[in-house]
Parts: sequence; C-alpha cells; structure tokens
Amino acid sequence: MATFETDVAILGAGPIGLFAVFELGLLDLKAHLVDILDRPGGQCTELYPEKPIYDIPGLPIVTGQELTDKLLEQVKPFGAQFHFGEMASGLKKLDDGRWQLSTDAGTEIIAPVIVIAAGAGSFVPKRPPIAGIEAYENKSVFYAVRKMDALRGKNILIAGGGDSALDWTLNLAPIAKSLTLVHHRDGFRAAQHSVNQMHALVDQGKINFRIANVKALHGKDGMLEAATLAASDKTELRLDCDTFLPFFGLTIKLGPIAEFGLNLHENLIPVDTAKFQSSTPGIFAIGDINAYPGKLKLILSGFHEAALMAQEAFHVCRPNEKLRFQYTTSSSSLQKKLGVA
Amino acid sequence: MKILAVDRKGQEHVIEGRDGWSVMEILRDAGLPIAAECGGACACATCHVYVDEAWLEKLTPKSDAETDMLDMALAVEPNSRLSCQITCAPELDGLKVTIAPE
Repeated sequence: MATFETDVAILGAGPIGLFAVFELGLLDLKAHLVDILDRPGGQCTELYPEKPIYDIPGLPIVTGQELTDKLLEQVKPFGAQFHFGEMASGLKKLDDGRWQLSTDAGTEIIAPVIVIAAGAGSFVPKRPPIAGIEAYENKSVFYAVRKMDALRGKNILIAGGGDSALDWTLNLAPIAKSLTLVHHRDGFRAAQHSVNQMHALVDQGKINFRIANVKALHGKDGMLEAATLAASDKTELRLDCDTFLPFFGLTIKLGPIAEFGLNLHENLIPVDTAKFQSSTPGIFAIGDINAYPGKLKLILSGFHEAALMAQEAFHVCRPNEKLRFQYTTSSSSLQKKLGVA
Repeated sequence: MKILAVDRKGQEHVIEGRDGWSVMEILRDAGLPIAAECGGACACATCHVYVDEAWLEKLTPKSDAETDMLDMALAVEPNSRLSCQITCAPELDGLKVTIAPE
C-alpha cells in the first residue's frame, strides 16, 4: 500500500483528465491520475484508437490514439504521476480538510482537490446476461486469467469471438482437462492465424468449438458444474464444465463514484459553469461525467471545463496566494514550466 | 416513419423516426436505455438490438465492421444488429426492434 500527497487527484486519464494536468500544471499544481485501464486515453484509446476525430480545434483530423499521444506530449513537462489498472473505490474527507482517495489496489492519494474526469465511469468486463452468473464470479467464472496455472486440469468453457477468447483458448488448451470454445458464429474478430490454430486444435480433437450462446449455468455455492448452450435454432446442449471464461470486451459502468455523495442526476455530476465544481466544495467534475444547462458531450467542451476548473483548484490549494493569469505565448515563467524557455 | 421498440422489460414504445438518423439515435433520443457508448462509431457493440424477422431482409446488410463488432456483443442471435448502423428511411416505416440484454 502506498500513500501519496499532492495538489490534485484526477479520476480518469482520458483526454480531459490529461488536459487538466496541463491547465493545473501552468498554475504549478501537481496531479496524480487514477484510471482502471492499463494505459492513458480512456474511450479514445479503448473504443476508437484508429477512428478519426474531426472536431478538435486546430486538428482537422486526428485519431483517438494520436490525440492521446499528443496530449501526453503536451503534459509531459508537468510530471504527473499515473496509477493505471486501479479503480478509484473510496473517498473521504480528512480532519485537515483534504480528501483521501483510495483505490482497489490499495493506493491512497491525499489532496485538497479531487477532479472527476471519468467519462461515463469505469471500463469493466461485459457480463453475459445469464441468470445468477454473479454467484459464480471469481469462484468459477472469471473475466480475466490472472494465474494460468490455477486452470490446470480444469474443464473450461470459453465464450467470445475476439482476440482474448482465441488467445486464451490457445493458451489454455495444453493445460486444460477439456476445453470448449463457444461463439455465436463461425467467424471471429481476431487474428486470422489464431483462428486457424484454433480450428487445427478442433480437427485434432484437442478442443471443441460450438456455435451457440451460453444460456444457463448449473452448480452450487458458486462452483460451476455444467452449462446449457443454446444454438440459434433453439436446440440446447448441456455441457459439463467447472470453469467459465466469458470474453466480450469491456463496457462502461459508473462504479464507486455513485457512492461519493455527489447528488448524481441520471449518473451525471451536476456542476456550476464558472468553476465546474460539484455540490461538494473541493470536488470538481469535467468532461462527459458532468451535467449543466447546455452541456455538450464533446472533447472540446471538456478542455474548456478543465481550464476553468484549474483556476478554482488553485484557490483551494493555495488560499493565500494571488493567481496571476498569463498566456503561454508571452509569459517567460510559463515557458520555463513548459521547458521551452 | 414509426419505429416500434421493445425495451428490456418487454414494453413496446412507438417512436417517430427521422430520415437519415440512425435507429440508435432515435432510441437514445426517446430516452430508451441504449448505452451506445462509442456514440455511433460501430466501436462498442452497446447499441445491440434484435430486428423483427419480417424486417430483417429489408435492411441494408451488415458491413464487415458491424459483423466483427457483433462478436463483442452479448447474446447474439441471427437477427442481431447494431442500431447505430441502421439508418431510418421511409421504407422502414413500422420497423420493429427489441433492445438486447446488457
């Protein structure tokens, strides 16, 4: 467990969280960012890294990945610390007026200002719509493989048609007692050579592949014993298995932010449009997660919100100092911070 | 044109479609619970609907990108489509879709 003290803790390392580092940095405010994903960019890199974005001012065309890379370059001088693969899970106010943000990995960040730039929430694995699946999760149903060896000798059922489903089918086939891959079609959104290898294993009788959906799970006390597979012609098959690995990618759930006491309205955080502060002083919300009259969920709106938030964050962090508003084009002190003077 | 949308509780909603809009946009605009996380970029599979069999053949066929993206959707059936990839048009008056489970 590690504890850090800083000026601002930012939830979310998407484009708006990243640009907040820049605006805060110009005012000499240091930031730590927490993101459940293992890399920066948020939706830009998770959902559409290769898709062009056409409405970023001054960048006629830029992909989600390129925009993220450019923002990282822009904020580099400010030395923000990133905590990737961690979900912000708790927030409490300390006696000295600062906030303590904790993550599910045991990290604690203490700061006078919290900035929520979490988009629509946390990216979490898609959970198949199978009744009662929750009871099996982390006992015999897993959305990620942490220790391959724990699956040695198991009767494994894998569902999905992307690279994760194929890769784990190939990786686990040699150590599983039995392995069945189930997908809704004989076609995959995965590397062709993986698909070919999978078919070869099927031909060799080492694994099974079935075109179906997993419809029901059977077992007790969270321990899986069998699954019902349903084909599109409604025929059903009961398959004995003790481990189920669904791989359908990620979806966005609001997550623990809902418990932070921020007067959420339809899963959004109401803010004022001067400071982008929530109903709780010291907690700000910028980007897609906030709500105010006239809100547009655009990256460019989030950039504006980050700039105004930073002004007020300065007053919270440095109550006895005067904020000097300066332009990067003319201020030698800002240029020094940017490392260009 | 009208769209007949069935929500996850089985309740039917008759919604006015708009030529040129995607069915996802119409569902979202009507306040129905469609996540559409990527905003219509065929990049997330969270606007998944089942199209009534009678209408399936009348739609523009799936692109390769949509077929691929459906591999990331849950509970996919032969009549599964991503609603961001269906464009409203007069000949689709009466189109019936059911929002897929999440």
